[in-house]
Formats: sequence, structure tokens, C-alpha cells
Amino acid sequence: MPEQALLKVSNIDAFHGSFQALWDVSLSVKPGEIVAIIGANGSGKSTLLDTISGFVHPAKGSIEFEGNDISKVEPFNIVKLGISQTPEGRRIFPDLTVLENLIIGAYNRKARPERAQNLQRVYQLFPILEDRKAQLAKTLSGGEQQMLALGRGLMSNPKIMLLDEMSLGLAPMMVNELYKALREIRARGITILFVEQNVRRSLTEADRAYIMEAGRVVLSGNAAELREEEKVKKAYFGA
Amino acid sequence: MILLSDLATPIVMGILLGGLYAVIALGLSLVFGVVKEINIAHGDLVILGSYFGYVAMTRFGIDPILSLVIGIPILFGIGFVIQKYLLNRAFRISTDATLIIAFGISIILESTYQFIWTPMSRGLTTPYALDSLSAGPIHVPLVYLLDFIAALVVMLFLREFLKRTYLGRAIMAAAQDRKAAHLMGINTDQVYAFTLGISAAFAAIAGVFLGLTFPFTPVSGMAFLIIALGVIVLGGLGSIVGTFVGAIVFGVVQTVSGHFFGVAAQMLAAYTMVLVVLAVIPRGIFGSR
Repeated sequence: MPEQALLKVSNIDAFHGSFQALWDVSLSVKPGEIVAIIGANGSGKSTLLDTISGFVHPAKGSIEFEGNDISKVEPFNIVKLGISQTPEGRRIFPDLTVLENLIIGAYNRKARPERAQNLQRVYQLFPILEDRKAQLAKTLSGGEQQMLALGRGLMSNPKIMLLDEMSLGLAPMMVNELYKALREIRARGITILFVEQNVRRSLTEADRAYIMEAGRVVLSGNAAELREEEKVKKAYFGA
Repeated sequence: MILLSDLATPIVMGILLGGLYAVIALGLSLVFGVVKEINIAHGDLVILGSYFGYVAMTRFGIDPILSLVIGIPILFGIGFVIQKYLLNRAFRISTDATLIIAFGISIILESTYQFIWTPMSRGLTTPYALDSLSAGPIHVPLVYLLDFIAALVVMLFLREFLKRTYLGRAIMAAAQDRKAAHLMGINTDQVYAFTLGISAAFAAIAGVFLGLTFPFTPVSGMAFLIIALGVIVLGGLGSIVGTFVGAIVFGVVQTVSGHFFGVAAQMLAAYTMVLVVLAVIPRGIFGSR
């Protein structure tokens, strides 16, 4: 018996105005997995995350989370269900303090009762955030801001985290640290679906991956196998 | 020395008058900072507050300040409904649409006041409205001091509310990044409605203190809206402390220039000062962005 999917995207089309950004995209994530979505700029990766988060409603197809259809749920109600997105560019609240950013992460009513406990967990994962809790978020370095964005996502008590371009523009050492944190987050039982442009890195960190091109999923499978796939090697590793 | 003691009264009057301007401008500034809309009808909501105090006083014999216990929730409700059912919908079309809708609301409100209360000038002439306070060479009307106290109360309330409550934090978050706010589970349309509600509740307070300080007519709202706009661009858009300081600077320039050049010149001097300040520091005194 295959384990039931936590998140199941089936044959969705999605539009930005009249521009079709997703074509018949399907994807599923099982509880506890780390899954990567790989593709170049404009391949539809971020739109896919935004469709799951409810910012874009699919014109066709369905999105199920824990067996319930969520394709018409508004974005501010999605997080309550246990889906948290850390958006591209981090989008922390620059003029709030680090602590205020974390507290606002626990805004949804289901997360509020567990705020103190989740805050301790975030501080364990990223001690630097506790040191800087009284600082305005905009004074943090890029890597620290990314940690804050992840911490803020964790405060919502998610079952799955959607991470958009987490390592973009960061130094390799910082990227290593963030991926280490990601593995710890997974070890706490939180499922992860992340979007990356760095193919090599993604295929090392993920269990499975989906490769997107021009709004379509063109290849998917076990990350280790994809690394050996000729097409992937050719297209992304230049070998 | 004579000049200084001469000036003491206008300066103190200006600071206290700045308090009244601050209460009027804080609501406008909050909505501008959070919802990014200029609520052209804000002055008219303030005047609605004045008329509410007037009715409470003349019909029911209730002190206008005391009547705020009812006036605040009523104005809050009106503000909430205006944002939820009119401005949020207009916002989906464009930001210009919200401006036009707000202008329409302004005209409707002014016409309503004309209809109900006639164009006659009214005032909240309470027993204490004519009392004054003296300290050494300084003489100021009691209501000016009340204006300033009201400003301090409103400002402190707003600051603590934004910092300490979930709704306050949601308002700050929605002001800084709408999409990220959605990702936190914040219904920004709801938050905007609350924001205009709070702004209108401040208008209720501002209206009562305005009515205690000056006579008002159905069309007074526009004059005070323009003063409030001057105040918030002076202080720096969207900053609470900036709005407060801007209001006081505006008030002082007005009363001091009135002292030297006569009452007819005081508004000219105040607006000229706003232009000069903007020419030198375009972001306003406390503007950050």
C-alpha cells in the first residue's frame, strides 16, 4: 500500500491574467518527504507554490491537502490548515523587530496557543534570532533574514513548508547552514516542498524532485536517479 | 524679554492647538500608512463627530466628551462599513477609484449635514468651553489644554495597540507587505476595514474636541482635512510621532504668525512653511522612506 499523499496537485492549469503559467501540472508530496521543484526562471515554479498557497486559483484540476480540496481556499485561510510558505525574497516585515516578526508568524488561531513552545523551538534552531530579537528585521544580514523567514514560517505550526528560492543570493556557508536547518525541520516531522534554481544542490538535499520547463512538469522522480538521468545531466550540468 | 513673554502665550496656544490637529491627522495618517489611501472624507467624519457631540449635548444634555462612549463605537462602525463595502471593492479596480469614492462619500456627508443641521454655524458651548487657565504671563483656554491631552491619549493608545495586540500587529504587517501578511493568515481586507474603523473612531474624538474649540459648519471638514494633510506631509507620511510633531509645528507657526501679522495671515504662513519644509526635506521631519 502506498502511503497517502499529504499534498496532491492534480492536472492544474493556472493563469496570470491571460498568460497561462501552468499547464496540466501534477505533483504529490508524502508526509515527511523533502521534495524539490527545479527549473529555470519563469518555468512556473513560484506560480505553482502560489497556487498551492491560494494566491492563484487553478482554472482546471484540483489541489488536495490531507484529502480535502483546497483549490478555492483564500490565501489567508491556507496557513490555518498547516501550509506555510516562505516566499521568494524572504519578505520579512522590515520595520517590525525580529520577535514581532516571529509573533506575527503565530497569527492564525490554531498556532496561537503553541506560540511560546514554537518560539523556543525556533530559538533552538536559530540561536542568532534570540540574540537579535529586539532588533528591527531590516537590520539583519541576508542569511539572518532568511533564518527569520523560516522561523516565522515555523511559528505557524505547519505540517508542510513551501520554500521559494531559499538560498538565492546567499554565501555558500550560509546556504549550508540553512540546509542543515532544513534537515532538522524535517526531523521534527515537518514535510518540505522547496523551489530551487540550483539543480545540483536540490538533487542532493531532496528525496524526490520535479523538473519544470515553461509551465509544465517535464520530468520527475527519485532525486538520486534524476542525478544520473542523461537529460538532466545535459540540460543542467552541461555534461 | 518683553518679546519673549509676549510670545509665550501664542507658542503655548500653538502647541496645544497642535494637539487638536494631531487627533484629526492621526486617523488620516493611519489609513494612509496602512491602506495607502487618502481618505478625502476624513474631515467630514470628524465633523460627523462634532455633530454627534452637538446632538448629545443639545438634545440629551450629555457632556460631549462623555458622549464619546457612544460616539466612538458608532463612528467605528461607519468607518468599518465604508472600507469593507465601498473602498475595498474600489481598491480592486484601482487606487484612483478609492479616491473618487471617498470624494463621493465626502459630498454625501456634507449634503446630509446641510439637510439635517442647516448651514448654520454650530459650537459645543459647554459650561467649561469659555474657561481659561493662567500661569504667569501665559493665558490659554481650557479646551486647548483638553485638545492636547486628547492627542496624547490617542497617540499612546495607538502606539500600544499597534505594538501589543494581534490585530495591531496584523495592521503593521499588512501595512508593510500585503502578500506576506496573507501568508501569515491575515485577511488584509478585514484588517483594512478595522483600520478605517479605528481612524473613524479617532475622528469621533477629534470632532468633539474640534467642536469645543471652534465653531463648525457642514463644510468645515474640508478645511480641517487640508490642515491634516499639511500636518502629515510635514511630519513624514505614515509615522505616528511624525504626525504629532508635524501637528505641533503647524499649530505653533499658525499662532505665532497670527500674533505678528494678524489672524488673516496665519494660514498663509502655515502652508508656506509646509512648502518650505518639503523643499528642504522632501520626506518630512520624521519620514523614513
